[in-house]
Amino acid sequence: MAASVSVPERKSEVKRIFENMEYGPAPEASNVAKAWLQQHDNALGHFIGGKWVKPENRKTYDTCSPATGEVLASTTQGEEEDVNNAVSCAKEAFKSWSQLPPHSRARYLYAIARNVQKHHRLIAVMEALDNGKSIRETRDCDIPLVARHFYHHAGWAQLSDTEMRGWKPIGVVGAIVPWNFPLMLLTWKVCPALAMGNTVVLKPATFTRLSALLFAEICHEAGLPPGVFNVVTGNGAFGSKLAMHPDVDKVAFTGSTPVGQTLRRLTAGTGKKLSLELGGKSPVIVMENADLDSTVEGIVDAIYFNQGQVCSAGSKLIVQENIYDDLIARLKERMSHFRLGHSLDKGIDVGAVVSKQQLATITEFVEEAKVEGAEVFHAPVPVPQTGLFYPPTLITKVQTVSRVVREEIFGPVLVALPFRTAKEAQSIGNNTNYGLAASVWSDHLPTALELAISIKAGSVWVNCHNLFDAAAGFGGYRESGFGRDGGKEGLFEYVRPAWEERPRPECKEIDVKSFGSTFGGSIIPAPGQGQPTANDVQQNGIRLPKVDHTYKVYYGGAQKRPDGCYSRPIYAINKQIAAYVGDSNRKDVRNAVEAAHKAAPGWGKRAAHNRAQIVYYMAENLEMRRSEVANRLTQLTGESLESSMREVDLSIQRLFYWGAYADKFGGSVQETQLYGCTVCIREPVGVIGIACPDQNPLLAFVSLFAPAVIRANCVVIIPSERHPIPALDFYQVFDTSDLPGGVVNILSGGRDHVTKYLVEHQNVEAMWYFGSAEGSKFVEHSSAENVKRTWVNYGIQRDWSDPDQGQGEEFLYHATQCKNIWMPMGVTYAN
Amino acid sequence: MMNPGMELDLGWVQKTTINLPAVERRAATLRTRRTVKKSWQAAWLLRAVTCIDLTTLSGDDTSSNVSRLCYKAKHPIRDDLLKAMGMEDAGIEVGAVCVYSSRVPEAIKYLKQAGGSSIPVASVATGFPAGQTPLETRVEEIRRAIKMGAREIDIVISRTKALQGDWQGVYDEIKVCKEACGADVHMKTILGTGDLGTLTNVYKASLVAMMAGSDFIKTSTGKEGVNATLPVGLVMVRAIRDYYHKTGVKVGFKPAGGIRSAKDSCTWLALMKEELGDEWMKNDLFRIGASSLLTDIERQLYHFVYGRYAAAHQLPLA
Repeated sequence: MAASVSVPERKSEVKRIFENMEYGPAPEASNVAKAWLQQHDNALGHFIGGKWVKPENRKTYDTCSPATGEVLASTTQGEEEDVNNAVSCAKEAFKSWSQLPPHSRARYLYAIARNVQKHHRLIAVMEALDNGKSIRETRDCDIPLVARHFYHHAGWAQLSDTEMRGWKPIGVVGAIVPWNFPLMLLTWKVCPALAMGNTVVLKPATFTRLSALLFAEICHEAGLPPGVFNVVTGNGAFGSKLAMHPDVDKVAFTGSTPVGQTLRRLTAGTGKKLSLELGGKSPVIVMENADLDSTVEGIVDAIYFNQGQVCSAGSKLIVQENIYDDLIARLKERMSHFRLGHSLDKGIDVGAVVSKQQLATITEFVEEAKVEGAEVFHAPVPVPQTGLFYPPTLITKVQTVSRVVREEIFGPVLVALPFRTAKEAQSIGNNTNYGLAASVWSDHLPTALELAISIKAGSVWVNCHNLFDAAAGFGGYRESGFGRDGGKEGLFEYVRPAWEERPRPECKEIDVKSFGSTFGGSIIPAPGQGQPTANDVQQNGIRLPKVDHTYKVYYGGAQKRPDGCYSRPIYAINKQIAAYVGDSNRKDVRNAVEAAHKAAPGWGKRAAHNRAQIVYYMAENLEMRRSEVANRLTQLTGESLESSMREVDLSIQRLFYWGAYADKFGGSVQETQLYGCTVCIREPVGVIGIACPDQNPLLAFVSLFAPAVIRANCVVIIPSERHPIPALDFYQVFDTSDLPGGVVNILSGGRDHVTKYLVEHQNVEAMWYFGSAEGSKFVEHSSAENVKRTWVNYGIQRDWSDPDQGQGEEFLYHATQCKNIWMPMGVTYAN
Repeated sequence: MMNPGMELDLGWVQKTTINLPAVERRAATLRTRRTVKKSWQAAWLLRAVTCIDLTTLSGDDTSSNVSRLCYKAKHPIRDDLLKAMGMEDAGIEVGAVCVYSSRVPEAIKYLKQAGGSSIPVASVATGFPAGQTPLETRVEEIRRAIKMGAREIDIVISRTKALQGDWQGVYDEIKVCKEACGADVHMKTILGTGDLGTLTNVYKASLVAMMAGSDFIKTSTGKEGVNATLPVGLVMVRAIRDYYHKTGVKVGFKPAGGIRSAKDSCTWLALMKEELGDEWMKNDLFRIGASSLLTDIERQLYHFVYGRYAAAHQLPLA
């Protein structure tokens, strides 16, 4: 018989625990993670061009374990030279990486996935140590998702030639990621970037650099060619330098809304692509017919996962009034079972928050709510005395006016509000600047689905919260950003149309305050500036003046006199004044946007078939006026009649093209790991402002409004400034084609002047601008205020008659935003 | 404390729905959120031992194996192991011995021989496992088993009535059984959850069984296709919690069937602790119906004490 190893202390311990049945410590060993750090002398540099780079004379930053304050390693505070070095390596590597056959790239991504799995435990421990989050979460959530993302995108790399035909890589991607899921979120950028043939320079967050650096070494060992993936570390200003580097072709960012806005402004007008995944205040909507105990667990997943430091955290609980007290009581009881502790303890629910600053912010929010008279309930559980811990918290007796209800806290703090009806739940749920995610709790299918559709958010979970998968794009509406991470929809952030070169606009400096603000700045809306066109007709040999034709602005389905009551002259090719058109101002924008919003819900609910019918009908009505419209085009633009005929015919074709797409781009089923259904619905963006170019005044107008409208958006469109008449003539086509009023609104006038008010309008969800380089810069810069989606041409013309450039997937991408609805299924658990 | 029961509240029974995918998610993380190691694991495993209804329910049960089972019930863990853990005087014995009613007399006899008269004998009754016999004979089985000395009765509900939605019928039958059990005999009601089709039915059956006066609700007979799974357990303990909040009466819980590993027993204890609280971790409110589980627990304790894994032949057979 083996010798007993028991010791007297253990004897009394077993007895004591047998009586009180407490939990004990269950520590995960950190020795391997620490050994890796020691291999690097606990002092890490950048990882550039396939090797460790430690430039001389750099400041350092000591990264600590938030659970204990223990210093883990010193890291490098990079400088501009390091950005230059990394970007030039990435640029060099792009030459060969982008030319690799898809299958080769697929092999590399597959190898990375495999290597992540080989080092699963080490990465999980490193992440938990450095971030403060629990080892359970890094082990069971973060790292498996990292591997899954690489496997999934190895597939996209393999299929890129066929699945992404017509698109090409962008170049060098500058990725900037936050500290809440350090490795997982960088993976969300790196996978699609590499799969599509780009190379990457990544800047991890200051607090959490270790997993990115470890991962860089793992990628290197997996055989990834040098320079394809580089990691540089530095402070926030260093991140801006990366974003602003002229050879960075795309900036991919996950983080706070204010930083996202800064990046938008910084990169405005540079021709860089940008995707932003920002903050949220996501509602958890609980209907009376929900499984309440399961909902309580869902709330735990929603807000106490990762200490609430999740951009999609369900931080706003809204509960039907008749079950409100019951649910709150159940939740409070559940909260009494939480365990807080060291991130490497396998038996904890809630770890430490990431930093002192974060702890202070959370505390400040909650204290403010207390002062307002809110009821604050902290989980009645022991909170470790050392380390950066905040107890799970529930705030009740608050209303929509409170800061804790409106703003993102990014901590384990939930606010709860009651509502009466599903309609009200929808209103309260959408009463936010954000639109990242939501969950809906109801066992009643029609209720759950209607709410899922009506909440404006990129991810909606039905009877669950915070599920993620590589096959479903994640990203926001509104000020939660634009672009998606994951799924096929996410690939478009890392490609550009094959015909297009990286725009490098020669942009004059602009003053964003005054740009476009002068009314009548380009053309004075007054008579006496040219020869009027011959203006008579012969009737029975008698000369008569033509019946005057007045072009007005068009919104809400009616012709309206412009608010300013000014008209601007429009010249024909012979320099004579062809007509006067309304010169729109700020108030016309206000009215048109209002009309568009009024029309939007009804237009969105129309059957796609019906939207298609209307667009086909437009084609029918346009063809009836084919020669008249062509003649007018020739008269205005001086193009040959033949060429004008072709423009009209192409416009008719394009209406058919978009009519066809009205019922063929609604979405798809995403093949996530969920047992159930994850559905991607391509929803309209909302109200889109469009500024048309001067060339092809009819075709460009049609090419822009039609894709927007068939995908259920409503538009306020500025026709060509020089040749607005073909577009203004078109409102007669709208009126005879059963287009509901307000779906297309036309504001003639100064392009940049009207654009200014559209892009500055907080209730315009996107702006498409085809004008000057300066106007493009202005649009991108101003869009930052409410994180509008933008599509600008940087002053570069495209050939509207070329189907590659004048129609296609690019237009659909801009006309839609993806919402992924997760619907778990199942009732069968046994016989 | 016995459960006096209450009038059948059909409104309550009917209004609840249970969402299986959400329940499964919670069940899945229960295993990963909590773990006990070292002395904690040892103590928890010993506690699990005291909650075991050590069971044999086979056609070939005879006095030989029943006798062996009874001796093991009294001495579930080797003395040297208990001593090494300082638990030799803690009265570590199983919660009950569970047999068919015909085996009750000999179980009582052998427990007495083994010095374990304090261990109650539980008898299954009421047409176990299918419950497809007339009510009169089912009730008669209870009376006889008690007469023979059973101190606990494990009855089965009519799955026929449950699947037909006849909750009144289910309630009435359980109530009759409870009356037959009387004031001194603990009645455990087996829901046969593997037969019930939906977790919503599991919840409803749990409530109805408690309203009718069950002292314990129990998952399965061990003879259904699917036995004690965590999702089912979760729904049942939540029903127990709801019933407690409404009536102030604590009803016990017994998962049975398929619980074979020491780790499983800790997970079930953690389920009780998390969803109901520490009170429900003792054998007056928690039992595990099992036979081979005990061997695995003893193996784990051997490892705790000696730092080596035991061979099966080193542990006394049950």
